[in-house]
Amino acid sequence: MASDLAQGVARRPIALPGGLRPAVNVTISVAVVCAFTVLVGLFGQFSDRAMVVGVLDIGHSLMLAAALAGGAVLARRQRMASVLIVALISGAVAGGLVQALVVVARWANLRWMLVSLTPVTLNRVGFLLPDDQAALVLAASGACAALVGAGLVLCGPIPRRIVLGALGGVVCAGLLRELIRGILGGLGGVDDWGFTYDGLLPAGAAVSAAIGALVTIRPGAARYAQLPPRVKLGARLLCLLVLLALPALTNDFVAQVMMLVCLYTLMGLGLNIELGLAGLVDLGFVAFFAVGAYTVGLLTADATGAGGHLTFFAALPFSIAFAALAGFLFGLPVLKVRGDYLAIATLGLGEIIRVLVLSDMLKPELGGAQGIVNIPKPALFGFVLSSPTRLFYMTAIMAAAAGYIAWRLQHSGLGRRWLAVREDEDVAQALGINLVGVKLSAYTMGAGFAGLAGGIFAGMVGSVFPQSFQLLVSVNVLAILVVGGIGSLPGVIIGAAALIGAPEVLRDLGEYRYLIYGIVVIAVVRLKPDGLSPKAIRQREAL
Amino acid sequence: MPQAGFLQDWLRRATAVDWFLLALRIVVLAVVGTGFVAGLLHPRYGREEWFSFLAFGLTIGAIYALIALGYTMVYGILRMVNFAHGDVFMFGAYAACFSLIACNRAGILNAYPVISFTIAVIVCIAVSAGIAILGERIAYRPFRRGRSLAPLISTLGLSFVLEYSARGMFGAQNKSFPTMPGIDGIVAFAGFSVPRVQLVVVAAAVLTMIVLTLIVMRTRIGTAMRAVAEDKDAATLMGINVDRVIVFTFALGGALAGIAGLLYGLVFKQISFFMGFFLGVKGFGAAVLGGIGNIPGAMLGGYALGLVESLGPAAFLEGLGVTAPYQLRDAIAYTMLVMVLIFRPRGLLGERLSTARA
Repeated sequence: MASDLAQGVARRPIALPGGLRPAVNVTISVAVVCAFTVLVGLFGQFSDRAMVVGVLDIGHSLMLAAALAGGAVLARRQRMASVLIVALISGAVAGGLVQALVVVARWANLRWMLVSLTPVTLNRVGFLLPDDQAALVLAASGACAALVGAGLVLCGPIPRRIVLGALGGVVCAGLLRELIRGILGGLGGVDDWGFTYDGLLPAGAAVSAAIGALVTIRPGAARYAQLPPRVKLGARLLCLLVLLALPALTNDFVAQVMMLVCLYTLMGLGLNIELGLAGLVDLGFVAFFAVGAYTVGLLTADATGAGGHLTFFAALPFSIAFAALAGFLFGLPVLKVRGDYLAIATLGLGEIIRVLVLSDMLKPELGGAQGIVNIPKPALFGFVLSSPTRLFYMTAIMAAAAGYIAWRLQHSGLGRRWLAVREDEDVAQALGINLVGVKLSAYTMGAGFAGLAGGIFAGMVGSVFPQSFQLLVSVNVLAILVVGGIGSLPGVIIGAAALIGAPEVLRDLGEYRYLIYGIVVIAVVRLKPDGLSPKAIRQREAL
Repeated sequence: MPQAGFLQDWLRRATAVDWFLLALRIVVLAVVGTGFVAGLLHPRYGREEWFSFLAFGLTIGAIYALIALGYTMVYGILRMVNFAHGDVFMFGAYAACFSLIACNRAGILNAYPVISFTIAVIVCIAVSAGIAILGERIAYRPFRRGRSLAPLISTLGLSFVLEYSARGMFGAQNKSFPTMPGIDGIVAFAGFSVPRVQLVVVAAAVLTMIVLTLIVMRTRIGTAMRAVAEDKDAATLMGINVDRVIVFTFALGGALAGIAGLLYGLVFKQISFFMGFFLGVKGFGAAVLGGIGNIPGAMLGGYALGLVESLGPAAFLEGLGVTAPYQLRDAIAYTMLVMVLIFRPRGLLGERLSTARA
């Protein structure tokens, strides 16, 4: 211990702020991150999409964000004004390095291996300029971004929040332009000054920056806090109403996205019971979703052997019931398996079900790889829920009901027993909690929620294929919980909106969404282990 | 008589769940048994076909064993599942594939196949070990003292990052592995015939495992590894740098996964960015089957899993009259994995885990 302290004192630098090493590390890291975005093709995908038209594209925004973060890291290590110069230099060097890498890549011509390194992309890194000018521009912009990053750490909290809020506003408006255009268009078409088809115009960017800054400094927050609770509740309800009215006011795309968010919220509520409350890791969760979907498919579509010819709403309770039964049968064998082994065992069980459904063995019953098609759209008293907007309202109502049930469950005696089991199985058992019953009820009820989501999914898409039930779905739901905060109900909605809604709106993201998922999940687990909306109950341990 | 006493004891204590598990065991055994007997009564395959199933099982088993070794060494020390290990394997396969392609472009693949193969081995070991070390830094080290859920989720995230980075860098479509000269064709002996590549793969895997055993048993760092796996605190007190040993373990496991990737490419001729995850899961299954933390166990478990997966459909599913039994090969592997986790988590040879956590 003592020697550690002595070493720490001895290592403290005297002359240069922070010494040379952190600066070199940060410079290289920034350059590596920039190179990574180019290598995996993220840059190429976004380099022709404007963040602000005529000023900046999304690809370069990623690089600038890296430089900004690098400057912030430097300044956080050494809170002195002289670190600004270090940040400036390392930002500039990083920018120059990026262009140097471009030159090397062009010379090495590795296109046969790295498919993203197209000549166009490489030229775009340097804004289509000649190499020397490109290096200058990149170095200058890198230096500016790093300087801003370092400055943000050094300045007071209020200017920091204003600048970050403004930047955040521009980024949100730039990325979500299609959504915002849709909303503004739906509200009366006042979008020409701020947005074009290509993206955000400088005037729109200024307004978004102002809104972002206003949101972060929240003038009048103190006065709002003094309002009577009834008014506050009214304000919240108003916000909710506006949100709910959005799909009807705007277009089908918004409705579709919001419906997906609701669907994943439903599943997240289910997994939250298993993982968040009872602490049971489940990577085979998609199996319950599949059971629900196939139940609706078999009971309503007439192509298959079962052919019950029920209506959608008559079949939905069966979805929930069969999924819950599946959850019970799923949970029974793995009751005594714990931790990592449980994760792998549930993953294996889920995969067994997928392989079986996909196989020719069960083809007469389940349709094999061709799945079940021609599932009729949900209809209520002859009113067919055909458009995405109507389907959204149906899903939203069900999700709200499920959310209420989940909330009541969480605060019931059973909910407390789940929490006790999550905290410590042995202690819970010693306190007289019936582990078997408590765990099985968690599996059963969690599966019921997923079954409901699956049933709605089948009615929404109109067909059920085994390919829809990949492990990815389970991982998506798990990621929603992790990002939102495990065990937190508002967290489920926030996580679903962030992980399902946002990538859906950012259409160009395509398959890169899973890359972003991975990065976001690692970042959240490392930096905010309680998630974005941590649970009110104080958690003893992280996660 | 202790046997009777045990039975009485069990009957007295058994709950409904125990009865259910017993019934599950009996049902699975009965299904496998009847399928097996029915298959024997109506033999569909000749001696040569069985032999080729066996050879294929040993080949794929060798690959599982190499992956399982990485899992078992890391789990033995840290008690953490590394979901990204399968993707380290995938990167190894890509690295080998591209170094062979590069050799081909340079024109030395056909002229000097041995040199090209050596280059591929070195490159894939370097790349895989590097990625494994990087993964340890990003997704493991921060959580070494946490509960088991955090590293599980972070390695799941890392696995996605690696997969979709590979997709972005190398393209979404399957990549065809270059053909090595000299390992194509079929070897015939004593009335049986095997593809030569399978012999090469089994031999290479056995050689790798011998080298691994030498490293673990005979070198200084191997001794340190065993010491850390035995008792981390005591090892620290003996002056062993536990951090370095852990990094070395990851690198060693990554190198084995890289070699497995190269061998996989040679056998299957096609690699994709998504192939790592489920192979990794099966590799973990093999490690548990052999007894986690147990190095000979991982080898045994890998071969056992490969053989069951390869022989299973023909041995008992065919007898049950299942249509297209080969589609259910993965289902057999996963069923075996789940059964092992439920009924014998200690594995065939018993687990060897570190007594204290880092």
